[in-house]
Amino acid sequence: MFGKLDLSAIPFHEPIIMGTLVIVMLGGAALIAAITYYRKWTYLWREWLTSVDHKRIGVMYIILALVMLLRGFADALMMRAQQAIAANGSTGYLPPHHYDQIFTAHGVIMIFFVATPLILGLMNVVVPLQIGARDVAFPFVNSLSFWLSAVGAVLVMMSMFVGDFAATGWVAYPPLSELGYSPTVGVDYYIWSLQVSGLGTLLTGINLVVTILRMRAPGMTLMRMPVFTWTALITNILIIGVFPVLTATLALLSADRYLDMHFFTNELGGNAMMYINLIWVWGHPEVYILILPCFGAFSEIISTFSGKPLFGYKSMVYATSSIGVLSFFVWLHHFFTMGSGANVNAFFGIMTSIISIPTGVKLFNWLFTMFRGRIRYHSSVWWTIGFMVTFAIGGMTGVLLAVPGADFVLHNSLFLVAHFHNVIIGGVLFGCLAAIGFWFPKVFGFTLNEFWGKVSFWCWLVGFYLAFMPLYVLGLDGMTRRMNHYDDPAWQPWLVVALIGALVIACGIAALGIQLVVSIRNRNANLDMTGDPWDGRSLEWSTASPAPFYNFAHVPVITSLEPHWDAKKAGTAYVEPAAYEDIHMPRNTGAGFIIAAISLALCFALVWHIWPLAIVSLLGMIIAFIVRTYDRDVDYYVPAAEVAAIERARYARLPKTHPTAATRYDEAA
Amino acid sequence: MSTTLATAGHGHAEHDDGSMTTVGFWIYLMSDCLIFATLFATFGVLAGATAGGPGGRELFGLPFVLTETMLLLLSSFTFGAGMLGAAAGRRRVLVGWLAITFLLGLGFIAMEVHEFVELIHDGAGPSRSAFLSAYFGLVGTHGLHVLSGLVWLGVMMHQVLRFGLDGIVRRRLACLSLFWHFLDLIWICVFTFVYLREFTP
Repeated sequence: MFGKLDLSAIPFHEPIIMGTLVIVMLGGAALIAAITYYRKWTYLWREWLTSVDHKRIGVMYIILALVMLLRGFADALMMRAQQAIAANGSTGYLPPHHYDQIFTAHGVIMIFFVATPLILGLMNVVVPLQIGARDVAFPFVNSLSFWLSAVGAVLVMMSMFVGDFAATGWVAYPPLSELGYSPTVGVDYYIWSLQVSGLGTLLTGINLVVTILRMRAPGMTLMRMPVFTWTALITNILIIGVFPVLTATLALLSADRYLDMHFFTNELGGNAMMYINLIWVWGHPEVYILILPCFGAFSEIISTFSGKPLFGYKSMVYATSSIGVLSFFVWLHHFFTMGSGANVNAFFGIMTSIISIPTGVKLFNWLFTMFRGRIRYHSSVWWTIGFMVTFAIGGMTGVLLAVPGADFVLHNSLFLVAHFHNVIIGGVLFGCLAAIGFWFPKVFGFTLNEFWGKVSFWCWLVGFYLAFMPLYVLGLDGMTRRMNHYDDPAWQPWLVVALIGALVIACGIAALGIQLVVSIRNRNANLDMTGDPWDGRSLEWSTASPAPFYNFAHVPVITSLEPHWDAKKAGTAYVEPAAYEDIHMPRNTGAGFIIAAISLALCFALVWHIWPLAIVSLLGMIIAFIVRTYDRDVDYYVPAAEVAAIERARYARLPKTHPTAATRYDEAA
Repeated sequence: MSTTLATAGHGHAEHDDGSMTTVGFWIYLMSDCLIFATLFATFGVLAGATAGGPGGRELFGLPFVLTETMLLLLSSFTFGAGMLGAAAGRRRVLVGWLAITFLLGLGFIAMEVHEFVELIHDGAGPSRSAFLSAYFGLVGTHGLHVLSGLVWLGVMMHQVLRFGLDGIVRRRLACLSLFWHFLDLIWICVFTFVYLREFTP
């Protein structure tokens, strides 16, 4: 009836986990009580859970990411604390099996449930606004995608309290991840949480590619698309190119585990290196999936706050595209030590090094954009500058690792760990935080607090260097990654410094939280009446802040690369149109939420081998989907009068004169 | 930038004018193609890994598989005939051809299941060797696709009768048609690289 599930699955004997469980349960109860007390359930269901508005879905993605960031970072702190004390005969406070789960969960959460939803959330919010669309191509699919991602995150969180998580490292190499060596449900949680969230990511990829290809405002040719939209296009093409490989690879691993097959086992002809090749065919493009939209965001930010058009727009587009192509030809650098021979290794080493060329092009473009610009040092600009310095260092250590000879020495060492944190924190995380500060007013209608934003930036920057520069040293010194304890006392001081760095980053995260709270409390002082708080250049700044649910009352006709900037110069921005028309919009639907909720039951049943529940919930998902196809009432028209009322209120709020935002910013500062 | 009053029938205001769904579905098919590419690559790597067990030449009956292939190819033809009926607006003709397509697809699945059962019965199940895992993985994934195609066919026959040939139904038929022909194409590759390959001299 309950498959492998019984009460022994709950780790009562682990005080750390039980303590966390209590906190999570208290927090959850408080949240539910608050929603009930303020009678917000209907609001929550109508306005958020069933929403197909791309901006709200984007916001929910980002909230999911920030919540999961807390969990992933807690894991990081625990690891740093463990390694800071587990020397000289001490084995630290984390037993190996728990420690192994923590480093696995940390990697999985940070990549799949922090970085990926941050990127997907940003693209969801920004892309339709930048191309003058009113929604994405398939709004219902968009809602479904988000809820599938959320289910993946819920599964990972559940694994902590019911059963265990994979103890295999975040890419779950076989044969370790095979049933013989990982007999518990940990790897099964891993597989199904990635399968369900991966499906969501793939659907979003298709959705956004069609949105960008087919829903651009008239006149917006490909070479008039804002750079962020370009990077989003390439990223989504990469998603479509590689997430199916992840799905297939994990499906084969589950065939090994569930159906006693032999794709990757040691016995009967299985080939573990096949898995390792396949997972990196997905895994390497995945890091470009994460970084490219951040490059796009930095480009928008640096151009806006330098008051200049982006230097080398075309070269930026070509650089982005060539990174997209090259990303498919480098996967083998993750395992030069496989023994594929000097020629193969040389090919992949050279291809890897070549990627630094288009990346370098981008870096110089940003520098030249700043050159002789009138730079306003908004916190988003600080993140961008911090990124440029940090990412250059991370890129150089990457080129170093791309040399197969050097890689043989540094493979699987802390040098590698330092390298990829250097590019992912310095690139993806700084990029997303810069982008959140930049586009926040477009979604919520008020700007974020600058002081706490800058505090957060400096904590993250200093904390990052303190936490990861020691790891380079340790890696060169021969310390391998994922060590539970070690007996070289010379390593300990470096690891203590790394722990201090992690604590400084914790202050940065706290500052982010304070920034959010302070900004919401003082929102009335920081309202963005113009819709254009930063003196922006692209289309999203031409509509109100917060953007109305239909985004644009009239679909704009695009005649240049920087439509809003040019309209401001020509004096045609902020001119109220004479008439309005009915607007066609998709209707909210609970189908995405319901299908995803059933998928949670399906995944849980599969993890625990509860076959009756698995069959029922699979059928339930299929039937729920079919029922949705019979629903013909999926869209409606917003009457012109309603649009007119919303728009007139906006124009009434507009300041009578329009000082450029640049001067307003200077005065505020 | 200038704003103009968008006229009615403006493509951007409409949510699903059909072409967008078709583009999206094409892209989905490409991604599905990559799932099969992964499975084919895995099969290619593991094809020789019989681990002392039986190989394809001893296991596969070419005439049987050829019959399966013909069933599926014929079903693509009948689907095409149905789509001609849809283009002419003839509902009953369409549903008739779709029903024949359904039966042919069902026949294909029945033969595949029969083949699988025989193999397992003869001790050549997917657990026997990496080669057989890869074989069952690849062919079985195609079979699961055909099975979902059958479910979709059933739903579409009902929707044609219930809603008539309106824009939404036509759009979905176009997608299903793409899906069905796509599975045919994949099967041609399966037939060639999995079955015929075993019998090359």
